[in-house]
Amino acid sequence: MTRRFSPGMIVTHLVLLAWSLVVLIPVWTMLINSIKPKREIFRNPFGLPSEVTLDGYSNAWTAGRFDLYFRNSIIVSVVSLLLILLLGSLAAYALANWRSRLSNILYIYFIAGLMIPIRLGTINLFQIIQSLGLTDNLLGLIPIYVAMGMPIATFVLTSFIRSVPAELSDAARIDGASEWRVYLSVILPLIRPALATVTIFNLLPIWNDLWFPLIFIRNQEARTVTLGVSLLFGQYQTDWTRALAALSMAAVPVLVAYLLMSSQFIKGLTAGAIKG
Amino acid sequence: MANSVLAPARASEQVEITRWDVQRRRTWVLFLIPALLIYTIFMAFPLFNSMRLSFYQGQGLTPDRYVGLENYVTLFTNPLWRDRFFNAVGNTFVFFAIHMLVQNTLGLLFATLLSNTRLFGRNVYRAIIFTPATMSVLVTGFLWTLILNPRWGMLNQVLEWIGLGALARPWLGDANLALPTISLVSSWQWVGLPTMMFLAGLLTISDELSEAARVDGASAWQIFWRIKLPLLRPTIGIVSVLTFIGNFNAFDVIFAMAGARGEPAYATDLLATFFYRTAIAGEHPVAQPNMGLGAAVATCTFLILLTGVSLWLRFGRGGEETLAG
Repeated sequence: MTRRFSPGMIVTHLVLLAWSLVVLIPVWTMLINSIKPKREIFRNPFGLPSEVTLDGYSNAWTAGRFDLYFRNSIIVSVVSLLLILLLGSLAAYALANWRSRLSNILYIYFIAGLMIPIRLGTINLFQIIQSLGLTDNLLGLIPIYVAMGMPIATFVLTSFIRSVPAELSDAARIDGASEWRVYLSVILPLIRPALATVTIFNLLPIWNDLWFPLIFIRNQEARTVTLGVSLLFGQYQTDWTRALAALSMAAVPVLVAYLLMSSQFIKGLTAGAIKG
Repeated sequence: MANSVLAPARASEQVEITRWDVQRRRTWVLFLIPALLIYTIFMAFPLFNSMRLSFYQGQGLTPDRYVGLENYVTLFTNPLWRDRFFNAVGNTFVFFAIHMLVQNTLGLLFATLLSNTRLFGRNVYRAIIFTPATMSVLVTGFLWTLILNPRWGMLNQVLEWIGLGALARPWLGDANLALPTISLVSSWQWVGLPTMMFLAGLLTISDELSEAARVDGASAWQIFWRIKLPLLRPTIGIVSVLTFIGNFNAFDVIFAMAGARGEPAYATDLLATFFYRTAIAGEHPVAQPNMGLGAAVATCTFLILLTGVSLWLRFGRGGEETLAG
């Protein structure tokens, strides 16, 4: 009914194009200026560089120890995510199958965490991590992130497992499969899309988290990328090439992952919220 | 044994079923234990225990002296703490209000535009709008700090180029502008979330409704206000409550753009930054972390959140049946 060049369509495109510029120009500025020499940034902040320098990147990577921070962030994110998926799917399997008052209460107990930010418990967490001797240790971050991921994992996975036809599991059970078998061979392969949703939903908050590393990590050896950026940026505030290189370096891996699979990202990140 | 599922009639097998059921239930409990343990130890228990600590005082890491409501009395009446606390509460509400006004209104606008399935380049626009939400708040915060820098920042430079140099401001240095500016940066970053949620909501509204209204002579504007918006009420409720929770938890953007003290002169101090200084970093002029007082701040934040969420549960969820149907 609406033609492609109707006045309404043109206004729509103008609004969306304008906002796209508002989004893309800052990101472009960050990326393009991170490879320009310092003096050129101020003369020509938006154009292509007349001379490319990777000085900012090599500096952040070696002197700024981003090699180390990346390794740490990857370890923390991967281990936390695997644990979230494993523990979350096991719990969700039980919650979806076990229909009783107790399991309903447990379900509500889990998803109540969707509404309450874990940061409000920081004071006691600080004591717990300290008493476990895990301050300044990557291992101290992992259980916090896993706990933080449980509400969304149980929420998404339970409703997904419930939507799997019961006949499939029952057929396996009749063939003598144990609950472990049913979980491993019937349910896990079927809920892969939901596992992807949970992964994406948890990946960004964990990878981008500043709060817990800021509080628990003092030691350089255990810093994550986000924490590293915050420290490096303080040092390089006036050296824009280096500051922007550090920012780009932290942003680019996620940006690339996002560009490669933006629709899954968007679906994953909004899934929990919509169903709520 | 398992065959009993199919033919549970015979009495001898009834016992089998029960045994089998007990066995299954035992496995389920085993499945639940690891998740329950880690969630309880590292989330539920610390949340609860942090609230308990708000009734204690003491040096260092573990406040051990029970003081009743003293921390709350200090927080609400001692001029050293009171002014900063209420300043932070007020700022957080302003921060939230600007997000509701700018971020969520823009989100609704973008979602409405994107809900037109004939729109050329729809997925590209959608991906672009969402891009900043994937970046670390710290990175976007620092990036905008550079852009807004009064001396070398690109924003003032651009304003000058297009002849609006008079509008150039020290965006983050002016106590009246800093909080709105940071709120706008944060809205810029997160607008993709309400956009996607509204879009999902809009796409569930059946085309037939708008089509019928169009046939009856309703304008696009009327269709939006009279049909789509009322049907979007549940989504509006969810978006509002999520914005509320997110904003009352916001820390990174202030830390990146205004420092842990909410410069200039606490004009951008939010509850989370105030909590961070009180409990972790040490608040000026004491400069010693005060765990008990910090726990009181966290508990107050929790109560504010609880009030907001309860209001939503009570009033904000109306119309779900309509949406589902």
